[in-house]
Amino acid sequence: MATTVKVVDRPAGWKRQSYLWGTVQGLRVTLGHFLRNWPRNLFGRRAQSDIVTLAYPEEKRPYPPRNRGLHRLMKRADGQVRCVACMMCPTACPAHCISIVPEESEDARIEKRPHIFQIDELRCVVCGLCVEACPCDAIRMDTGMHAWPTIRRADAILDKEELLSRGEISSATQGGAGLFWRESK
Amino acid sequence: MSGAQLLYGRPGFAIVAALIKILALVVVFAMGLAGLLTWLERRQSAMMQDRLGPNRANIGPWRAWGILHFVADALKMMFKEDFIPPKANRFLFTLAPVLAIAPPFIVLAIIPFGAPLCWGHMRDAVPLGTCVQPVNLQIARLDVGVLFYFAFASLSVYGATLAGWASYNKWALMGGMRAASQMISYEVTMGMAVLAMFLSYGTLEPGAMVAQQGPAPWQWGIVRGVPHFIAFFLFLTAAFAETKRTPFDLPEGESEIVGYFVEYSGLRFGMFYLGEFLEVISSSALMVTIFLGGWQIWGASVLPNWAHVLLSMLVWGGKVFLFCFFQLLVRWTLPRLRADQLMRLGWQRLLPLSIANVVLAACWQMWIH
Repeated sequence: MATTVKVVDRPAGWKRQSYLWGTVQGLRVTLGHFLRNWPRNLFGRRAQSDIVTLAYPEEKRPYPPRNRGLHRLMKRADGQVRCVACMMCPTACPAHCISIVPEESEDARIEKRPHIFQIDELRCVVCGLCVEACPCDAIRMDTGMHAWPTIRRADAILDKEELLSRGEISSATQGGAGLFWRESK
Repeated sequence: MSGAQLLYGRPGFAIVAALIKILALVVVFAMGLAGLLTWLERRQSAMMQDRLGPNRANIGPWRAWGILHFVADALKMMFKEDFIPPKANRFLFTLAPVLAIAPPFIVLAIIPFGAPLCWGHMRDAVPLGTCVQPVNLQIARLDVGVLFYFAFASLSVYGATLAGWASYNKWALMGGMRAASQMISYEVTMGMAVLAMFLSYGTLEPGAMVAQQGPAPWQWGIVRGVPHFIAFFLFLTAAFAETKRTPFDLPEGESEIVGYFVEYSGLRFGMFYLGEFLEVISSSALMVTIFLGGWQIWGASVLPNWAHVLLSMLVWGGKVFLFCFFQLLVRWTLPRLRADQLMRLGWQRLLPLSIANVVLAACWQMWIH
């Protein structure tokens, strides 16, 4: 390929070439930003200034609603765990980070419940497949929290109590609305 | 002064007065302002770019917008490894930071920073020029004045060049050479700009220059005439090149790792860093003195002498601070020049302009008188 040279004409005229007018315009822009931002920031009126950066640990930008964060287990209306230990989520999990040991429930209307429900947050790849697999809205990833740093790896394994501590009562019907749920709407 | 008879004219008075003046100007004012400027530069540039900037350094709950960052910086530099490259020239390597930081301190000696103090009549109103034995708030009253400034300001070229040469590093050497060529080129323009003012004042002594100006902006040196107005901007441009800061920061191009202090670390680097800000302060102080009326303050001579002196020092300090602020503003507004553009601007534009300006100033002087 032949080397080509493109000659660019310099802007002509005393005004452009001396850069004086350009300098004055630039100073006006920067000084304007400074005067708008500085007093407002100094006297605690951040919101009215143009500053776009956040002072991170104190100020956080909320995550979008579909963000996948730390897991939690939801509760029934009477406060029991919604999970029926059906093993759908450990089956779906590509990272094998969920381990469930089922047990019989004392409640006669409930067949099974998890005896142990552990999630290893270090193995979790935050894909959300467990949430999609769950048939009874028992596991969710909508806390908006990060997996926190730990000193020992074992501390990153969350147990049932930990997961339930962030849980709320789900408005979904346990076990589904039945065969004719379309008509009932 | 209790007990000891420290009277004007007695032996010891001049020494004590000089020591107090040096302490006040160098340690309190220059060091304090230079430290503040290191923080201000980052915080101000952040505000100009819609960022927050360093606002975190604190002592307990006392944060004060992060002003303490310069203390944190100094502590950090003290505890960093003081590295000298094995093949560097140890003597020159150690000497260079001193040569970089000393000249801006020394040139402050000729700057008058307040109204004359009338020792013994401090509680009376003393109109300017009527005090019999004034204590001039100026460390050294030299008739060569501004020439002294040039003599010592040009010494800081040695700091930069020696740092580059003694490091045994080709990039550092390139930075040092750039610094030398740049500072030498722009000093000529600086001198010519001051020559135009010299024709108007008839003196090179900064104290006398201030005395010839008035407190009001239309009595300042900058508005004495067209050539004096031009001289101000010529001097300003050359001063930017002298302080080695953007748009003329070629000696330390971060993007191409050229820089005369690339091999320096710890407090030695801190001396270069602080020296840069001290140069900003000393050039601001000189420009305020020559062009912007110095310490002159309106109507304060009816006040008691001590209040007059205090207010004039505040006015002078405020002007210097605002001028430093302006230099930082320019530094964060303009992009940097290329080396050939820098040389062309210096030798082909500013130098002919400044020589023509001297001729114009001479004609102006003849035309006025």
